[in-house]
Amino acid sequence: MSRKEVVPLLIGVVLVVVAALVPYVANGYWLSIALTAMMYIALSTSWALFSGPTHYISLASGAFFGVGGYLVATGMSDYNQSFWLMMAISALVATVLAGLIGLATLRLSGVYFVIFTLGLAEMIRNLVSWVQNNFLGSRGLYVLTDFTEAHIYWMLLAVATAVFIFGWLIDRSRLGFALKIIGNDETVARHVGINTAWTKVILFMSTGFFAALVGAIIAPRYSYIEPNLVFSPELSFLVVIMALLGGTHRLWGPLVGVIPFTLIWEAISIWIPNFTTLFLGLAFLTIVYFIPNGFVGLFEKLRAKSRSWQ
Amino acid sequence: MSAGRTLLEIQNISKSFGGLIAVNSLSFNVKEQEVVGVIGPNGSGKTTVMNLISGVFPLTSGTIRLAGRELSNRPAHKIARAGVGRTFQLVRVLPRLSVIDNVIAGAVFGHRRRWGYDAESMATHLLDRVGLADKQSQPVSALTYIDQKRVELARALAGEPQVLLLDEWLAGLNPSELQTGIELIESLSNEGRTIILVEHVMDAIRTLCDRCIVVNSGKLIAEGTPEQVLSDPTVISAYLGED
Repeated sequence: MSRKEVVPLLIGVVLVVVAALVPYVANGYWLSIALTAMMYIALSTSWALFSGPTHYISLASGAFFGVGGYLVATGMSDYNQSFWLMMAISALVATVLAGLIGLATLRLSGVYFVIFTLGLAEMIRNLVSWVQNNFLGSRGLYVLTDFTEAHIYWMLLAVATAVFIFGWLIDRSRLGFALKIIGNDETVARHVGINTAWTKVILFMSTGFFAALVGAIIAPRYSYIEPNLVFSPELSFLVVIMALLGGTHRLWGPLVGVIPFTLIWEAISIWIPNFTTLFLGLAFLTIVYFIPNGFVGLFEKLRAKSRSWQ
Repeated sequence: MSAGRTLLEIQNISKSFGGLIAVNSLSFNVKEQEVVGVIGPNGSGKTTVMNLISGVFPLTSGTIRLAGRELSNRPAHKIARAGVGRTFQLVRVLPRLSVIDNVIAGAVFGHRRRWGYDAESMATHLLDRVGLADKQSQPVSALTYIDQKRVELARALAGEPQVLLLDEWLAGLNPSELQTGIELIESLSNEGRTIILVEHVMDAIRTLCDRCIVVNSGKLIAEGTPEQVLSDPTVISAYLGED
């Protein structure tokens, strides 16, 4: 490996170690914020692996996250299955679901894809609610485990680390190169021999897989689960906004967006709770009008400018 | 140069878009190492023929075979892997990739599936071949129009195609660039490549093509050497209209 590759790798290892130590120095309130941030780091980074290079904005994260949370809850409270088994099953189900959604929608482009994923996620939420209310008893589900907040946090850190390793591997593979070409010009991609449909579906499936894992791990934190809570459309939007705010063209971009956003979001929720939606809108306008390539894009532009001054 | 066996067989291909018949039961063959020109007035269906061969959209009817293998109605990426490389009428480069990555893109997913050093050295060689050796690390958006066309050509060559489709590759070049362009394609032909080109530049047709087919309103109206077809009365009236 060259020096250019070793340095980011070392920084990555140091960051993971530092992140793993957080529960020893922070507790209660601050740990719970760190936990939320870690959850969005995993979700946004995984989302950006697909949407960054292809520019397909998916609003289905909430659906996959919901599959994770809901299946863990059902399995544990109604069928006495272990948390680990249900986590594995939910990740598998969400991956297959993402594959089906991908096959159905990835032929659509631009805004049609966005609307379709949002609609599908809502449909899944309503369908699960309806089944739950009519056939399985209209009540919530309990997820009772021995996990502490620190345990949940470490599990999320493990998922986030896996997402980063996966992203790093993709970036240096044929698959990653194919995605970049698709994002540049899909027609050219087809004519150089890329199976564009499969390439997109495979990456989309990976976002489904990781989102379900996160949803499953978070379930014990809520302890009481109902479909409308875990199949949250708000989560889909938050994932997109945090990723875009950080920048989706670098693997570490979403990370840079998630941390400040989570902190501000928390602050607003405490002091002016009715203004969270307004903040979401403002963040979105900021991205569209001022930092289309996120904080990372802004940072890179400034650095290029300062270089040209010298 | 046209002594080889038949490489590409096109039999009775048709394409209609709703009620419009863009290509109407067209047949022609291309032999190995041959350069075939597809000419005809604007809107006669030349580009549609190229799009049908490369699989942009499916045929309405007819068959296309490459070295005996059926290509008809297969998806574009499979046709590319089978050995059909192309450039586009309006140049299509990958704007956010460097020049060399644009060419590597052609090598990685072709039928040889090169990767890493192998793909990179091939791309370097091809950039040298099309005259862009000194520009390989530039962003592709910094290139002039003819240089972008060179990148596109190198990308098509990187897939090591058995047939190369050039859709008005010479269009939009100034007279001196045109001369360079013609020489470049001629040198490819001298390497023994099989090329189909759609072109309006008659000088290029005369210099480059072993054989021409003339298309008008989606139908084949003449076939032969450039001299033969360009003096054919049906061809002249197709271009200039009847008296």
